[in-house]
Amino acid sequence: MISINGLVKNFGELEVIKGIDLNIEKGKIVVLIGPSGSGKTTFLRCLNVLETPTEGKIQIDENVLDFSRPVSKKSVAQFRSLTGMVFQSYNLFPHMTALGNVMEGPVTVKKIPKSEARKRAEDLLQKVGLADKIDFYPFQLSGGQQQRVGIARALAMEPKVMLFDEPTSALDPELVGEVLRVMENLAKEGMTMIVVTHEMRFAKDVADEVIFIDGGYIIERGHPDQIFNHPKEERTKQFLSVFE
Amino acid sequence: MYNLAESSLIPLLEGALYYTIPLTIISFMIGLTLAVLSAVARISTIKFLQTLSRIYVSIIRGTPLLVQLFIIFYGLPNIGITLDPFPSAIIGFSLNVGAYGSEIIRASILSIPKGQWEAGYSIGMSYTRILQRIILPQAARVSVPPLSNTFISLVKDTSLASLVLVTELFRKAQQIAAKEYNFLLLYIEAAIIYWVICFILSLFQNKIEHRLERFIS
Ligand SMILES: Nc1ncnc2c1ncn2[C@@H]1O[C@H](COP(=O)(O)OP(=O)(O)OP(=O)(O)O)[C@@H](O)[C@H]1O
Ligand SMILES: [Mg+2]
Repeated sequence: MISINGLVKNFGELEVIKGIDLNIEKGKIVVLIGPSGSGKTTFLRCLNVLETPTEGKIQIDENVLDFSRPVSKKSVAQFRSLTGMVFQSYNLFPHMTALGNVMEGPVTVKKIPKSEARKRAEDLLQKVGLADKIDFYPFQLSGGQQQRVGIARALAMEPKVMLFDEPTSALDPELVGEVLRVMENLAKEGMTMIVVTHEMRFAKDVADEVIFIDGGYIIERGHPDQIFNHPKEERTKQFLSVFE
Repeated sequence: MYNLAESSLIPLLEGALYYTIPLTIISFMIGLTLAVLSAVARISTIKFLQTLSRIYVSIIRGTPLLVQLFIIFYGLPNIGITLDPFPSAIIGFSLNVGAYGSEIIRASILSIPKGQWEAGYSIGMSYTRILQRIILPQAARVSVPPLSNTFISLVKDTSLASLVLVTELFRKAQQIAAKEYNFLLLYIEAAIIYWVICFILSLFQNKIEHRLERFIS
């Protein structure tokens, strides 16, 4: 369903993603792990085209973006709507209520009538456990609640893939669970997900596949049990030993 | 003396009500529109618009307001453009608010975290939509304190319009003072009226800023 071919991203002289090939089937949960600066965020941002890859091809279903030639703004916008992004720092719109945040995309981008968008936004907020907070502004919500609004906002665009960049690492420990539970439920419903996280428990319990990235390459990939209990590569072992 | 203060009060207040205040409000509205357009042009990726905005701001900020007013009112007739005092003043003050406001709004736009743009892009919004729906509303809040300072300065600056023959508050004071030979009294009276207007505005300013604070997280 998702296929990534020869993905390269340079920032000027600095090569950050050095050629990644990856296929992900529909409904799979893929967890990306790796040391700081290894390129995990950059990789996710390339899939959402918040960064324009230097080279390579990304395909989601029949939609292809080939970065070996210039891509049009329109095709980028269209491609973006296939992926939903959840940010480490939530990035909610502070001047809009929870409901406003979730309705914004459907109303301004998809041109869905307000009453219908509102109803769907309410359903989504209920799904992430915030039915009683729909009229709250971000500054009135806890970090965990804000992040759940962030998830609902991304879901409102009905993406085919959800991308999570360390969705819980800005949260106080006692708030991590509520966000992970929402993600687990999404996984159970069959959403395809790519998750960058340091929550190894989540990776073990929920992931179909764990990918270890270092220095802009995929070093090792496999079933969580294999990666966590029987890593083949020395670098993977070293990285995981920190989490023992 | 007391009589003069009393009898001149009405004409002075008329000057304020019919000229000073409308001049301030109209110029500020037009100026604010110019300011937003100029700020948006300046942050755009279109070189031509950037340059245009930069030149506009530089010329207006780099030349005295009084000279600008004289060019508009006394200068333009030489090339066949003759304007009445009031519209001349409106043009001059609007251009000024536009240029100073442009810098304020540009700084406010740049102060909005990059993550807000990215969140907008990630749900498929276009540049223009993000600017309009996400960035400008937040930038407006950041701009309120410096813009309300601009507004209060503008009230005082409108006294310059007296020199292009707008019969606003200060010109009225000049006229009466010349007739009655009491400059000190009339100018102090005018000063007090300016001060009262600015004082009332600053009360509003505090209130608005207080209300906006809670949204800035
Ligand atoms: N916009 C940018 N311009 C220049 N260099 C960048 C930019 N974004 C990221 N980098 C560099 O790319 C490298 C990879 O960064 P990235 O954020 O993808 O790492 P990461 O794996 O997400 O790390 P972390 O675990 O700390 O979040 C880093 O060396 C970083 O400094
Ligand atoms: Mg990162």
